[in-house]
Amino acid sequence: MPAVQETIDQVRSIDVDQYKYGFETEVEMEKAPKGLSEDVIRFISAKKGEPEWMLQWRLDAYKRWLTMREPNWARVSYDKIDYNDIYYYAAPKNNPAPKSLDEVDPEILKTYEKLGIPLREQEILAGVEPQNRVAVDAVFDSVSVATTFKEELAKAGVIFMPISEAIREYPDLVRQYLGSVVPVTDNYFATLNSAVFTDGSFVYIPPGVRCPMELSTYFRINEKNTGQFERTLIIADKGSYVSYLEGCTAPKRDENQLHAAVVELVALDDAEIKYSTVQNWYPGDAQGRGGIYNFVTKRGDCRGRNSVITWTQVETGSAITWKYPSCILRGDNSRGEFYSIAVSNGMQQVDSGTKMIHLGKNTTSRIISKGIAAGKSDNTYRGLVSAHRKATGARNFTNCDSLLIGNQCGAHTVPYIESKNASAVFEHEATTSKISEDQMFYCQQRGLSEEEATALIVNGFVKDVLQQLPMEFAVEAQKLISISLEGSVG
Amino acid sequence: MLEIKNLVVQIEDKRILNGLNLTVNNGEIAAIMGPNGSGKSTLSYVIAGKEDYEVLDGEILLDGQNVLEMEPDERAAAGIFLAFQYPLEIPGVASMTFLKAALNAQRKARGEEELTTPDFIKRVNAAAQQLEIPKDMLKRALNVGFSGGEKKRMEILQMALLQPTFCILDETDSGLDIDALRIVSEGVNALRSPDRSFLVITHYQRLLNHIVPDTVHVMSSGRIVKSGGKELALELEANGYADYRTSEAA
Ligand SMILES: Nc1ncnc2c1ncn2[C@@H]1O[C@H](COP(=O)(O)OP(=O)(O)OP(=O)(O)O)[C@@H](O)[C@H]1O
Ligand SMILES: [Mg+2]
Repeated sequence: MPAVQETIDQVRSIDVDQYKYGFETEVEMEKAPKGLSEDVIRFISAKKGEPEWMLQWRLDAYKRWLTMREPNWARVSYDKIDYNDIYYYAAPKNNPAPKSLDEVDPEILKTYEKLGIPLREQEILAGVEPQNRVAVDAVFDSVSVATTFKEELAKAGVIFMPISEAIREYPDLVRQYLGSVVPVTDNYFATLNSAVFTDGSFVYIPPGVRCPMELSTYFRINEKNTGQFERTLIIADKGSYVSYLEGCTAPKRDENQLHAAVVELVALDDAEIKYSTVQNWYPGDAQGRGGIYNFVTKRGDCRGRNSVITWTQVETGSAITWKYPSCILRGDNSRGEFYSIAVSNGMQQVDSGTKMIHLGKNTTSRIISKGIAAGKSDNTYRGLVSAHRKATGARNFTNCDSLLIGNQCGAHTVPYIESKNASAVFEHEATTSKISEDQMFYCQQRGLSEEEATALIVNGFVKDVLQQLPMEFAVEAQKLISISLEGSVG
Repeated sequence: MLEIKNLVVQIEDKRILNGLNLTVNNGEIAAIMGPNGSGKSTLSYVIAGKEDYEVLDGEILLDGQNVLEMEPDERAAAGIFLAFQYPLEIPGVASMTFLKAALNAQRKARGEEELTTPDFIKRVNAAAQQLEIPKDMLKRALNVGFSGGEKKRMEILQMALLQPTFCILDETDSGLDIDALRIVSEGVNALRSPDRSFLVITHYQRLLNHIVPDTVHVMSSGRIVKSGGKELALELEANGYADYRTSEAA
């Protein structure tokens, strides 16, 4: 994806501040009335042309949500969210929905171009090896505005479309799996999402199919005072393979915006899902004003024998991150992996980690977490590894490293280990290191600038995780990390 | 040529250099000796540009350029190199990666082309061989878990690779075994050239047997109190610093 790199360089050279994606797009929007009520949920459901069962599902979730309390166990603090001061649906005015890219508002196409996400298939094809192509689903506030390579994927039997479309076109598939990994009642934010989710991606890979290209969804919050509640559902049928990448950005604003997503993955026998995230929501300014509250629930179910789910995340954005991509290792011999780089700078707060729930026999999991804290930020790793009574032979390896840049940031590691099977073997390693002024001077004495020295040390620190990303994204992620840490030294 | 004129430096309200004067000509090897705490390392840090040191008076000129106005990395690109008394560990960064980044950063700052990887590897291997540094050490994180002597050798490897014009060796001999002392000295001697000068800080004559200085300066209480030829070092070795300490009160 050469465009990505160019865009980063370009945007980098224009913008004075650190966040490079903070521009706004002027398009006319259609919104639901502000606030949350049954009417608003009916409005969303009607907008999406949903079947009755879906509406009922949402309303049940809403009723449940009203009885729940916002969690407060994470090591983050923020002013109380007024859930009635948010728009739950905002979509570019463009009815009926665009059928092809030519019908998409040129302003929106320009937005994605500026972000380095080419949506025109011809442009993607230019100079890209067929095996390196990426199909993109572009979600703009509450709706998907474009999905590329749909036909070509369909030839392989792969379904890749906005979830709102899948609910209409593949209701049985959606109904069978939706909420089967993250139950409607799972947690406050997941329940809220179940009531009001607007769009997201749906992926189904049929038995024995290796998805012919990377799939990706690019989420963009544009509208003010709008929450983004996306829902993604990926099903890898027996013996199939898919690699999926998610990216996200938002304009700079003084108010906080809520992003409460739910992602569910299901891997059946011998299937493998690789799910990568490069999260770069607006982090707020140096005083901690504005930024996205990123409260998401991501969970994968290794439902089949020998199935594999890998989460790789590079988290650089958001004012607050509350996120624990997890694996339920249900199938015997299944494997879960979590590779994470969480960078925090300024006043950002990160509470992130994973859960590896070993239920099946000989299940294995691996956790590699690299937290980098700079500025006045706070960076917590929170991870649970558990073995069920029947999880004979379960194994986990956890490595959890923190790097501190400067004296005003904090890094914390909170591991939870629960084993109900005596044969389970869990290993845990953790380190905390700091780039000291003396190390910085040493590097500078050899000719490196502070930025170059920081980038060098940080790259060394995160390389094990970057290796897990598809190549093009690894390059992008590496740049993103150094941009996020700009101005963190000295 | 490096000229230091009337340098006065303090740290946390404690004055450490008290009007220090010193000139090192191109191609010259100058040795500095002096009691513990007399300010030798401080001088090397101030030349290299370490923060925290407050320069109250004086100047440092490298070929006429005002060094004190430059950032540490600019000084490095201008040719100043400091082999640290206590080299720092850089976790997660392979020595090889570090060396390449440093070399290319300096070349870039000087407006030169970056080295190609094969070209770079050739140079590192040549330098490593001369200093008898095994290749697998270059794959390890820089200085992490290296022995004291290995760290010192790695400093000289960096110097050989970066080809600076003004080299400061701060007690490079401490921690070296007899063979390593010879190897490192040979490495330094191989870098001697008419347009490269050295400031060699040491406590012992044994290093100066290998790296023979043109001039020897005695530092005490943040000042050069005596300068002479290489025989001055032998005299110090025999008599110690007693004669010079008395001048502190003045
Ligand atoms: N950060 C600091 N705060 C206070 N005093 C300091 C600081 N750094 C150095 N000093 C003092 O400055 C003086 C000179 O130290 P320096 O390291 O330059 O001595 P040196 O000549 O290199 O000694 P040695 O031969 O033991 O290496 C010492 O008394 C030391 O304690
Ligand atoms: Mg010293």
